[in-house]
Amino acid sequence: MQPAIQVNDLTVAYHEKPVLWDIDLEVPRGVLMAIVGPNGAGKTTLMKAILGLAPTAAGQVLIEGRPYAEQRRRVGYVPQRGSVDWDFPTSVLDVVMMGRYGALGWFRRPGRRERTLALAALEKVDMAAFAQRQISQLSGGQQQRVFLARALVQDADLYFMDEPFQGVDATTERAIVGLLKDLRAAGKTVIVVHHDLQTVPEYFDWVTLLNVRRIAGGPVAEVFTEENLRLTYGGRIAFMARPAGVETPRAETTGAEAGAALAAQPSATL
Amino acid sequence: MDLMQILHGLLFDYTLRTVALGTAVLGLVSGALGAFALLRRQSLIGDAISHAALPGVVLAFMLTGVKGPLVLMAGAALAGVAGVLLVIAITRNTRIKQDAALGIILSVFFGFGLMLLTFLQRDPDARQAGLNHFLFGQAATLLEGDVLVMTLFGGIALGLLLLFWKELKLLAFDRDFGASLGFSMQALEVLITLLLVIAIVIGLQAVGVVLMSAMIVAPAAAARQWTDHLGWMVALSGLFGAAAGVAGTAISSLAGGLSTGPVIVLCISAIAAFSLLLAPNRGLFWAWQRRRRQREVFA
Repeated sequence: MQPAIQVNDLTVAYHEKPVLWDIDLEVPRGVLMAIVGPNGAGKTTLMKAILGLAPTAAGQVLIEGRPYAEQRRRVGYVPQRGSVDWDFPTSVLDVVMMGRYGALGWFRRPGRRERTLALAALEKVDMAAFAQRQISQLSGGQQQRVFLARALVQDADLYFMDEPFQGVDATTERAIVGLLKDLRAAGKTVIVVHHDLQTVPEYFDWVTLLNVRRIAGGPVAEVFTEENLRLTYGGRIAFMARPAGVETPRAETTGAEAGAALAAQPSATL
Repeated sequence: MDLMQILHGLLFDYTLRTVALGTAVLGLVSGALGAFALLRRQSLIGDAISHAALPGVVLAFMLTGVKGPLVLMAGAALAGVAGVLLVIAITRNTRIKQDAALGIILSVFFGFGLMLLTFLQRDPDARQAGLNHFLFGQAATLLEGDVLVMTLFGGIALGLLLLFWKELKLLAFDRDFGASLGFSMQALEVLITLLLVIAIVIGLQAVGVVLMSAMIVAPAAAARQWTDHLGWMVALSGLFGAAAGVAGTAISSLAGGLSTGPVIVLCISAIAAFSLLLAPNRGLFWAWQRRRRQREVFA
């Protein structure tokens, strides 16, 4: 079967310093995949490179077998919540309707149909009561739900989400996890940049471990191992017994340290 | 002269009416486009464009010997665009940050313009007289032809702003998301910058290169205080700009020696100061009151 996403030899560099080096990636359809790795590992950059938002130095990206530009309508994107100004003069409903702009194309304005779709998406994330609210009045969790609703109205086959759990309350986290599983149940492919290693086995079924290079990738049960995490995070991982009794590794190093450790011995990452 | 006389003058005095119409158009256009510049945190670009326009105005006259509005505005626009392109080139290719690049371009272009002006002033040819009005503006020199050109280009700029409204909103709020949808954010950036250049260039004769950036920043900052709706903000910003233009014209016509540009800028500054202090919700005065009440409750 054709993979949902195929990345070949992808390299991204800023000011001649490689941020991503020679990435090969194949994501099958219908999986819930986490991208994990230390700070500065290039997780967000990988997502942006796949979406054509970061200039690539080399490599090729295919979405369902074709270049991204031809598959835009099938892709939904949730950028990092902190990447926009939440004091922008606009309402919740207006932000969610932006998810329809791609389907509308140039010049056409959103109308009643877009409004209905946006309200339905807000309903799904439990934010319908906030439709007319100014966006600066939202909490972090509510902002994230609005961003998810905006991606939902895109009605895509593939979703890319950058740190959707960043700084949200426990209720919102549970709601987002529920939403992700609903999307997978509906046959969608979901790629999530994720920070919390402890929740990876619980939330996701597929994982890519990244630190400038792709360290490992595949089903969580197979590749989310102590060995691979050590390679990704530079060897300093502490183990914490979880309440369920399952041992899950937790990263203790900061990204910069891990990156430095990695840079010191690049051969170890291969 | 009392209020009725001023009103009478604005409506029926040909010269005053022409000037007021011109300053209203410049206030409307710079206010509306300034709102987008403010929301994109690019207000300083307006300052760089207007200062960079000065050598363009002088060079356009030196090369053509013509002082018509179209020629001078074209020179101003070309120099303004050149200034912006240089800022972008500096930011991209060096370690100099955008604020420093703006400062460099602003002062180099402005200094060059001043030098050209003083060079021209030694010329016995009297035709150059009036070019130095572009420093602080001289609204009283606006003729019907000037106003016509301003209205035409201002109308085009506002028309394009409305046409690309949805796309420009996307650019201002969430550039990456807009790009992921397939809208060319670079093209939209070029468009909004060109519209800003138009807004600035049509105002230079009346307000001058030094003060024009106030007409970009102040109406927008004032309007943001009163509304949380983008459409209303842009409309209100244009309205504030136009009101300041007309009020400034009226006031400077009362006190004969006052040049109009600075008075217009004082008017818009007063509107901005009032809005920053007293607008409901966002006004500093209310924030201060809320703090005081809180202190009373918890003390």
